[in-house]
Amino acid sequence: MLELKHVWKSYRIGALGSKRLTAVRDVSIDIAPGEVLSVVGESGSGKTTIGKMVLQLTSVTRGEILLDGEDVTAHGHAERKAYYRKVQGVFQDPFSSYNPIFKADRIFETVRESYFPGVKRAEWTARVEDVLQGVRLDPGSVLDKYPHQLSGGQLQRMLIARALLLDIKVLVADEIISMLDASTRIDVLNLLGELKERGLGVLFITHDLSLANYISERVVIMRHGAVVEAGATGKVFTDPRHPYSRNLLASVPQLHRKWSDGTAEPEALEPDGDRDVAPPPLTEVDEHHWVAAAP
Amino acid sequence: MTLEVADLQVHYRTLKGDVRALDGVSFSLADGEIVGLAGESGCGKTTLGKSLIRLDGRMRHVGGTAVLDGDELPIGDDKAMNARRWKEVSIIPQYSMSALNPTRKIGKMIAELLRARGKSYREFKDELVRRLELVGLTEKVLDNYPIELSGGMKQRVVMVLSTLLDPSLLIADEVTSALDVTNQRAVAETLVRFRDMGFVKSMIVVTHDLSLVYQIADTIMVMYAGRIVEKAPAETIIKSPKHPYTRALIGALPEVGLEYGDERLQSIPGKPPHLLNPPTGCRFRARCPLASEECEAEPPTVTVEAGHEVSCWKAN
Repeated sequence: MLELKHVWKSYRIGALGSKRLTAVRDVSIDIAPGEVLSVVGESGSGKTTIGKMVLQLTSVTRGEILLDGEDVTAHGHAERKAYYRKVQGVFQDPFSSYNPIFKADRIFETVRESYFPGVKRAEWTARVEDVLQGVRLDPGSVLDKYPHQLSGGQLQRMLIARALLLDIKVLVADEIISMLDASTRIDVLNLLGELKERGLGVLFITHDLSLANYISERVVIMRHGAVVEAGATGKVFTDPRHPYSRNLLASVPQLHRKWSDGTAEPEALEPDGDRDVAPPPLTEVDEHHWVAAAP
Repeated sequence: MTLEVADLQVHYRTLKGDVRALDGVSFSLADGEIVGLAGESGCGKTTLGKSLIRLDGRMRHVGGTAVLDGDELPIGDDKAMNARRWKEVSIIPQYSMSALNPTRKIGKMIAELLRARGKSYREFKDELVRRLELVGLTEKVLDNYPIELSGGMKQRVVMVLSTLLDPSLLIADEVTSALDVTNQRAVAETLVRFRDMGFVKSMIVVTHDLSLVYQIADTIMVMYAGRIVEKAPAETIIKSPKHPYTRALIGALPEVGLEYGDERLQSIPGKPPHLLNPPTGCRFRARCPLASEECEAEPPTVTVEAGHEVSCWKAN
């Protein structure tokens, strides 16, 4: 459904944009309907830039992004608006996604104003209550409240509900769990699981490997802007082939294994080199399991 | 016994009344012990950490005592605490990346801090450099401005700085939350190393991440709504938790290395009570699957086995 083909992104940085930083290098991924694809990486790996490009918050330098076979690059306001009917995003910090001066349910009203001006108020209220129930929120306890009166988990689920008011096909979820408490984060994760059962494609961007392991069928591990390993979650996490993936997995704190039980020192990795050179190609090492070749 | 805290009560004053962030907290800390303090946001874990060094002017110390190395800490008195801070009690703050003065080179900032304590930078310089090298930094960082360092490097500078005077008690408040997994592990293991090398005698590690604290702590305390609900050796808390809240927290934690398929974990329904007017009896009972009538009364603290204490009616 959503497809990224050899996508590159370079930012201009430094005084007056005198330098260039290549943040995403030759990334090709695809998401099918009813699938959660996790993009995992450390800060600076380019994972958020991928989300931004899919949401057209930043342009693509090279390569293309296709939705149902058509290039998504929007020209002008109308095309962009039509695109956002199909693709929406939810971000890390729920508290800064809302304007604290207004009540939180204003986010639904703005959707009505721009996308459904013809819908009668009574019908609209019914629709809002419907999507709220869909994300397991009690409309009575979240409507007509200010953002500070609601918890992070509630706000985050309202933002997902807002996206569902539009008949979206793809949801970009960029670190939507990291600011939430252990007791509520699992609710939001399980909600993503339900969305995929409804046929939505979810691009789940995270630095937390345990969340990716829990929710997604397929996972992509990124380093220095390029994909180092990709494939079925079970295969990548139980049998990581790239030294970087192995280091990452060894660092994740777990409840059934202590770091001190592990033996090996972290493996040596090649340093960040010239980012304008194409990254090593992916080779298939197993069914549904690709690894970047050693340079 | 390094630290002995008895019946600590700390409130925040608001327009609507006092928020009872800590409501009768008692625990002790042995020499060389690393204790992990875990819980949801708003449970009072950061307040507990900060109240022992009295870093926040809005805190009102209502009752209780803290005795460090046989000497009572004046935790209700800002001025008197000043002489103890850094030398006896030190803290690595939650946002230590922004704790460094951006207008000073790191070396100069440390020199100024030492001078403010009546110490000479020259005397400490060799030790400072030795410790920086220990955490993988070179002497060169002293000539850098904070902006020139990465997040993980800044975190390590602050760790070295906080422990430079060999405090007896170190409070590490969410030190790994803003870091990547690999940095997280490096920083957590450095904390253990500092303890092993005797830079700090004992440590309280405040975090919301149970799996991380399990890696480094000897003892874990779980807090809920201003109180400690369970305290036990790290292994015991994770392998055989007794309090329903601890069990629910562990049950809601997805992990790497397990295959979930279509299996779904359970969250904890509801949210913690407001501490402006906390409920009587067990504070977890509104969300607890085991709650019954007896939970309306204050739960007893039961010692399940040596070192494992639970505040719950159902502990047996």
